[in-house]
Amino acid sequence: MVTEPFIHLANVRKAYRKGEEEFLAISDVTFDVMPGEMVSLVGPSGCGKTTLLKILAGLHAADSGEVRVGSAAHSFDPARDIGMVFQQPLLLKWRRILENVLLPAEILGLPMAESRDRALELLALVGLSGFEDKRPYELSGGMQQRAAIARALIHNPKLILMDEPFGALDALTRENMNLELLRIWRESHKTIVFVTHSIAEAVFLSTRVVVLTAGPARMADSIPIDLPLPRRLDVKTTEVFGTYTRRIYQLLGMG
Amino acid sequence: MNKRFEKSQKYAIAVLAHVALLLVWYLFVVIGKVPHFIMPSPVATFETIFTPTYGWVNNILVTATEIFGGYFLAVIVGVGLALVFSWSNALETVLMPLLVSLNMIPKVALGPLIIVWFSYGILTNSIIAFSIAFFPIILTTARGLREVEPDLLDLVRTLKGSRWQIFTKIQLPGALPYIFAGMKVASILAVAGAIVGEFLGSSKGLGYVMLQVQVNLDTAGMFMSVIFVTLIGVALYGMVVGLERLFVPRDARVQ
Ligand SMILES: Nc1ncnc2c1ncn2[C@@H]1O[C@H](COP(=O)(O)OP(=O)(O)OP(=O)(O)O)[C@@H](O)[C@H]1O
Ligand SMILES: [Mg+2]
Repeated sequence: MVTEPFIHLANVRKAYRKGEEEFLAISDVTFDVMPGEMVSLVGPSGCGKTTLLKILAGLHAADSGEVRVGSAAHSFDPARDIGMVFQQPLLLKWRRILENVLLPAEILGLPMAESRDRALELLALVGLSGFEDKRPYELSGGMQQRAAIARALIHNPKLILMDEPFGALDALTRENMNLELLRIWRESHKTIVFVTHSIAEAVFLSTRVVVLTAGPARMADSIPIDLPLPRRLDVKTTEVFGTYTRRIYQLLGMG
Repeated sequence: MNKRFEKSQKYAIAVLAHVALLLVWYLFVVIGKVPHFIMPSPVATFETIFTPTYGWVNNILVTATEIFGGYFLAVIVGVGLALVFSWSNALETVLMPLLVSLNMIPKVALGPLIIVWFSYGILTNSIIAFSIAFFPIILTTARGLREVEPDLLDLVRTLKGSRWQIFTKIQLPGALPYIFAGMKVASILAVAGAIVGEFLGSSKGLGYVMLQVQVNLDTAGMFMSVIFVTLIGVALYGMVVGLERLFVPRDARVQ
């Protein structure tokens, strides 16, 4: 039996309009994402990665092409099945960590008692047990970003969209967060689309890397990453890993 | 434990600094043999408290009523209008430039006109206090309501959150620090406004007392009036800071 893709993008095109002027941000993007996959989008700055993520989030409409999220086997409710994580944690300063994690549940009107239990479980999942009553400023940048990930999971969405979530972290914290994210992904069985500037990060985290070339975004390739799971950091020193990263550098014209 | 000690130490230092100022004042007058009508000693100044002819209680009540009345009106109208503007772009576009121009008018110059319209008295002086205190409140509140992280808005939109949810959960609590910053500035202006009003025309209040005792070169009475006005201002400011502590977490406060 062939599984249907969870996300199907075909010849997606998107231009930003400002009065008469038109700015082409995405010219032609085609790729599929299978349910439960962890896909990274890499490409130079300004090539349209965020735009693509916003199209997937339903915040922008594509001008032309096909955008389909969900399949017969995996239904998708655009109001409830998207979790978002941004480069900044964007926690609400006036709320405690637990209340921050609960924000999407409040907006969706989910039952609060259950959501609280779930929030506590998720805080444990992201390694923040015991911090539920802290304010955001009492947490480090990496811890805040973990809380943001817990917030993205609270309503149990099927699709997690992450826009350079670790871009603001130092290298060591970032590697740790990569390991954490892999673990969270494996434990939560979510489909994740992950935008990053780091080719190594993309290869390390993903089951597939979508390479976009300089704007307007065109898809250079969609590369399945056949590295064993679970992954450890030393996979980065292997020959296969090097082959993947070299390939992507070449596609981006930097090889 | 340590923190509490540090805090009580700070308070002690603040009290000592005030006592020291009184002492310097006293020594300056006594040692420098400053004539009484130029600068009274602190003792002479505080003695006036027990002179019934000043009618301190009544005059303090009048001035405090003007300050607090004008100030609360300014908070209610300022915050209220800013809220209305945040809901209606059309109103903001029409009225905001007008308000900015009106803000340029030196409000003190309007004093005589306000007296013509309302005759002099508590109401008039409240209106003058209001007219000065109002602008910083509406400007900072409007700014605070505008400063919403676009990514945070996207997050709520992916959950199909309503405009009202955005307002109550993100916009308004996010604007609170700004509102308080404006309210602090306004509290100082309200005090100045009420006193100026009393200078322009009044038959009661601390400003009126100052004008009366000026005729007799009774500087002790003048000093005491200034001290009482200052204390009213300190009480108002302290109240605002207390409310801020209650509603705004430390790191979210502006300044
Ligand atoms: N709201 C907008 N209006 C007009 N142009 C926009 C808008 N948002 C993005 N753009 C333009 O579209 C192009 C793609 O932007 P996008 O944010 O998707 O890039 P990106 O790949 O996410 O870049 P980065 O890696 O720097 O985050 C850029 O050239 C940008 O200037
Ligand atoms: Mg981007």
